[in-house]
Amino acid sequence: MIMPGAKQISVGALLVALMIILPLIVNSGFALTIMSQGGVAIIFALAFNMLLGQGGMLSFGHAVYFGLAGYVTAHVLNGMANGDLPYLPVSLIPLVGGLAGLFFGILIGFVSTRRAGTAFAMISLGFAELATALTLIIIFFFNGEEGVQTDRWVREEWFGITYGPDIQVYYLIAVWCVIASIAMYALTHTPFGRMSNAVRDNPERVQFIGYNTHRVRWLAFSLSSFFAGLAGALHAVNLEHVGFETVGLAQSAVILIMVYIGGTGHFAGPILGAILITLLNAYLSDISPAWFLYLGLIFVLMVMFAPGGLAGLIMMHEPIRRTAPHLFMRMLPAYAAALGTSLVALVGGIGLIEMAYFLSTTVSQKTVFTLYGITLDAADFWPWLVCVVLAAGGGFACSRTYPRLAESYGWAMHEARAAVAS
Amino acid sequence: MLLFLMASGLTLIFSMMGVLNFAHASFFMLGAYFAYQISHHIGFWPGLIAAPILVGILGAAVERYALRPVHRFGHVAELLFTFGLAFVIEEVVQMIWGKVPVPYDVPASMNVTAFAWQGLDYSAYRIFMLLISVAIFVALFFGLTKTRIGLIIRAALTHPHMVASLGHDVPKVFMWTFGVGCALAGVAGVIGGNVLGTEPGMAIQLGPIVFVVIVVGGLGSLGGALIASLLIGILNNMAIAYDFSFYPIFTALGVEREAEGVLGDLVGLTTGAIAPLMPYLLLVLMLIFRPRGLFGTRDV
Repeated sequence: MIMPGAKQISVGALLVALMIILPLIVNSGFALTIMSQGGVAIIFALAFNMLLGQGGMLSFGHAVYFGLAGYVTAHVLNGMANGDLPYLPVSLIPLVGGLAGLFFGILIGFVSTRRAGTAFAMISLGFAELATALTLIIIFFFNGEEGVQTDRWVREEWFGITYGPDIQVYYLIAVWCVIASIAMYALTHTPFGRMSNAVRDNPERVQFIGYNTHRVRWLAFSLSSFFAGLAGALHAVNLEHVGFETVGLAQSAVILIMVYIGGTGHFAGPILGAILITLLNAYLSDISPAWFLYLGLIFVLMVMFAPGGLAGLIMMHEPIRRTAPHLFMRMLPAYAAALGTSLVALVGGIGLIEMAYFLSTTVSQKTVFTLYGITLDAADFWPWLVCVVLAAGGGFACSRTYPRLAESYGWAMHEARAAVAS
Repeated sequence: MLLFLMASGLTLIFSMMGVLNFAHASFFMLGAYFAYQISHHIGFWPGLIAAPILVGILGAAVERYALRPVHRFGHVAELLFTFGLAFVIEEVVQMIWGKVPVPYDVPASMNVTAFAWQGLDYSAYRIFMLLISVAIFVALFFGLTKTRIGLIIRAALTHPHMVASLGHDVPKVFMWTFGVGCALAGVAGVIGGNVLGTEPGMAIQLGPIVFVVIVVGGLGSLGGALIASLLIGILNNMAIAYDFSFYPIFTALGVEREAEGVLGDLVGLTTGAIAPLMPYLLLVLMLIFRPRGLFGTRDV
């Protein structure tokens, strides 16, 4: 096993310190809720990336293990509260969820990991639909559309922790988030983690070496389900409620989008995506009714132009930074130009989408609204004209500036290579 | 039969390009909405022609400007792209037409009873739907197997380089195949939207079932898609219409009706209640026991 370098350790320590200090700085209830959600999202996203990024398996139904584990956790909590089940500290309850996820992962994974690629994706979709349909049929376990209500306050634990206040739940999530992240990071460096990558890249060759690709995928899937279950349990503890939507397609879609936007190729990518999307979701969904449209558009653009995600975009610059950081100064004009034109196009595009939304009668009855601090009437002609000009002009300018940016990047890479060679 | 119309388009695209179009049901939805808009202004019949053409052009444009650049990243990226596209289309539809269903109705001239059989009324519109579906199946089948265009399309699938060397523009063939596949979904939308209800959620409802149909039927097999869509349609309707209870089975096993907990739920189940499950159960069983589907020639 390769030990993580000093850099990884310091970055990790910084993140951990940030997680500890953050609630002390911003201690509003809303911020705390978002941070708790973010912590759950990070675990879930990392678990998902064990499949998508490291194992090359695209799942449309990974929320099944997240949600089922959430249900199991809620039932265990309820069972403990009324004495049906032996007491287990709530601090350790995520392990129960993880084991539930592992159980379902082993069971379903055996069937679905026999194939990779498109077939795997479709089977996962099938199971997602199956699980959603089951939640409405098996009432005693899922309680239909109402979901299962629970109470995380079972009894006082070590050091007087009760999990009554949200702040304690946040630290519970934070601790598990760190443990799970370290465990998943360590997994990527084990022989199993490497085999998982190998099965993703060249299954045929792996078979020739004598490995069973199905078994490797199955193991990856089960472990990923374990961590997804862990996240699901924390989700249940956090919200004290598990609904049928947690196993559904929408939940799976959100996690897929998070991980992909963050970047599947790098371990930190899903963390980045989880934090970013949770934050945007919390703050933008209040501001704009079109938030999901933006999310979808970002995702589609990412798939088209930046398949490495945000982490991929950042890591592209790593070789230059390492060898010849002074080259960044020379690239600055190209970046500024690309950024400027993108902003213009963005302003125009957002304006168009927002106005279209306000014109559609379902969002609001009035057409007057405020955008960028300016009060506009979407029924007027001139704001449309301005936005169309901005969007079209910006888009056209982007088609000029981005090739220049690529050229500049290519040049910098060339220089960096030359610097290494000499 | 509506399922078949959608499945045929999807299987056409899949067999041609190897792209599993996640957004297929979204094009179906767009067809319904376009038809609603057109029928609102001009009438149903022009909509029947114009809406699928619009959807087809849109599909072709998507293939040309968005899907083709993604192609080099592989099939999973294509699947991801169409998945994102489905997401975007749903949001755009909500933006333009709102979240509530739009009043897209069956044309009055068709909303009459054609005949009654065993006490059930069969409206003329249902017959019309059936006829359109059959006509399209026949046209597709002969188009693909007997005509020169079908020959080129099938050849472009297996030997793209050879077909290109013979002077055919393979990317253009793909573009139009994608367009036609989407247009078929559009037709299904036009004739199905008014029966099923035209709302933003219709794509998500129908999409996975269409996937089931083409997997069960065998990927890339037109005949398989036909049989599987009929199978699933009949299975579904029978389960709901006859609504068998599983109670007799449980009594045979010695379980009382008043059982508590797990058994209590299971005893109360009827086939009608588990009808939404059946397509997916079928899918899972199929993938375990016969991954190539009923009529498929290759594994999924």
